[in-house]
Amino acid sequence: MEKIYTDFPKENLNNITLSINEAGRTVESIQRSEKIGRILSTVLTYLIICFLALLVIFPFYWMIITSLKTNTEILQDDQTFFPTIVMWTNYVYVFQSFKFGTFLLNTVVVAFFSTLGTIITTVLAAYAFARLEFKGRDAVFMVFLMTMMIPGEMMVISNYITVASFGWIGTNQTYLQAYLAMIVPFIVSVFYIYLLRQNFKQIPNELYLAAKVDGKSDWSFLWKVMVPLAAPTLISITILKFMGTWNSYVWPNLVTSSESYRLISNGLRGSAFTDSESGRTNYGYQMAGTVLVTVPLFLLFVLFRKYIMRGVGRAGIKG
Amino acid sequence: METAVKKKEETSVTAINDFFLERPDYDEGYDSKSNTVIRLCSPKKDKNQKAYKVTGIDDVASKNNWKAWLYLAPALILVVIFLIYPLINTIFISFLSDYSYIDGSYSGFTFDNFGLILGLTTHNGAYESNFTNFAIPNTFIIVFITVPLATLIALLISVGLNSIKWFQKFLQTVFFLPYVTNTIAVGMVFSVLFDQTGIINYIFHSNTTWIYGASRWTAMIPLCIYIIWSSLPFKILIFLSGLQGIDKQYYQAAKIDAASRTKTLWKITVPLMSPQILYIVVTSFIGAFKEYTAIVGLFNGPGTSNGGYEMYTIVYYIYDNLSKQTSFAAAAAVFLFVIILIFTFLQLGVSKKRVYY
Repeated sequence: MEKIYTDFPKENLNNITLSINEAGRTVESIQRSEKIGRILSTVLTYLIICFLALLVIFPFYWMIITSLKTNTEILQDDQTFFPTIVMWTNYVYVFQSFKFGTFLLNTVVVAFFSTLGTIITTVLAAYAFARLEFKGRDAVFMVFLMTMMIPGEMMVISNYITVASFGWIGTNQTYLQAYLAMIVPFIVSVFYIYLLRQNFKQIPNELYLAAKVDGKSDWSFLWKVMVPLAAPTLISITILKFMGTWNSYVWPNLVTSSESYRLISNGLRGSAFTDSESGRTNYGYQMAGTVLVTVPLFLLFVLFRKYIMRGVGRAGIKG
Repeated sequence: METAVKKKEETSVTAINDFFLERPDYDEGYDSKSNTVIRLCSPKKDKNQKAYKVTGIDDVASKNNWKAWLYLAPALILVVIFLIYPLINTIFISFLSDYSYIDGSYSGFTFDNFGLILGLTTHNGAYESNFTNFAIPNTFIIVFITVPLATLIALLISVGLNSIKWFQKFLQTVFFLPYVTNTIAVGMVFSVLFDQTGIINYIFHSNTTWIYGASRWTAMIPLCIYIIWSSLPFKILIFLSGLQGIDKQYYQAAKIDAASRTKTLWKITVPLMSPQILYIVVTSFIGAFKEYTAIVGLFNGPGTSNGGYEMYTIVYYIYDNLSKQTSFAAAAAVFLFVIILIFTFLQLGVSKKRVYY
């Protein structure tokens, strides 16, 4: 039985020190070991997180340095973490043989018009769903929402047939037909309509009534008040749509008859990087091509990080 | 004094009088009962003689507004042509025999397309073995390996990211980078990483063929790693926003009760994150069932060597046969749709018991 000291002087009563003796440790030693544990776990967290971040980054690093290596250096047994001879000529070759300019132009044209079309159809439909009242509005909206559950692969087959029946696919395809086939099926997005409708709904009704009192029409209210207020969402939609076109591979591959109509992703998997002499793939050229495709996306990301991350957070889809 | 009342009925005039009697200080206002904007025209506020201008907000108010349909028309027409009609048409095509998309001809209705892709019937004396042997199993392998692993890794990274102070924004951006890339381009980078003389073999002192000429099971490893790598950013983004929404009180309470870190993670963080986890699991399942571009990026074809089909997936089969054997592709698409529906509803059913909203 431990003796408890109780006979302390009365004048010191205001200043009681509580001493805990747990397994022979004082408060100070417990606090110290807790602090050490906290520092250790923080350091460990940083170590693990940074290691994983390096793993995530590594493919990009490898892409860049491989794009600057000679093919012999890439294929040798001893891998080097920095190119011994920096081959800027890989990029020159890619610009000449990969038809980067053609693919870029096609991608930009398709991205521009499909984004413009999407924005127009989305703004109009979202406005109708959010502000206007008409018979069957909720029913139509439900049908729209239900189409989001259906995998796109279900549509691709019939859309291919539809586009073919419009005469946009064939051996004598013109530039216009190829562009139409790549753009028209994608100028509507149910998800963006849903997203923008939610945004429009948050705009207070008083604004609408005030515009009405001022004698503004629905049309001018939409473009003068609603659209500027929903600008962040529209910017997000524009960027995501552009990224979607930049990444689209399947559809352009299906509906175009000639390589010169195709988009940037299709170009990457074309035959441009095969060495004409050996018949093998030249990885240096190939990686230079991938760098050229990746860099514009990174630039976009650096410039519009806020909009992209917010848009993705809410949209959760690519393109 | 002239009374300018646009509405014809006398009842509305009394309604207007009532409106301004209730609000003596206002010159104009909106009456929700009659859905009209009422404006006092006369500056003189004589109790018995008032001049009003009434603007009906009929543009919005009246049901069956043809203007609304005009606004909706562009989207509606496109949705019908490119989303709703294709859905019905694809299901229809999946039941046709000898269908040709060029002239739309077919010889009759049949269940054989589904029989063929399920390996029950033959076409011209041959089973569709590439589909039953490779496409279906590969798809399920990809789904059940990548989704749980990627979700777990993403959850741990998010918890780690959430607990640190310095460089949090920077590291968050780093982990988001794989999202803003071209799937084909980075797939090609991965195939260089996993090349036989590539960096992975160099680091691990191995001589394995991962990509070209690899066996199906070895080739699955780089494929799954690539799919996990590219699916992390979105998951981390969602998880982080979920974590930041958790009330700090729960953690303080856990600290007082001296709960360990792992216990806090599994007993507090994960249950409170269950809505986000459910959302991620459902969307990842749907996404993983549709894997295609990663395979094109890594292998440049459906097999690890020319003419092979080892890396087939259901979606790869659909795209491959779309113009050649449209009915089979349609049947495969319907099959995929049904599987995705079943899994989605299963997960939502499970979530009813496990998710705390």
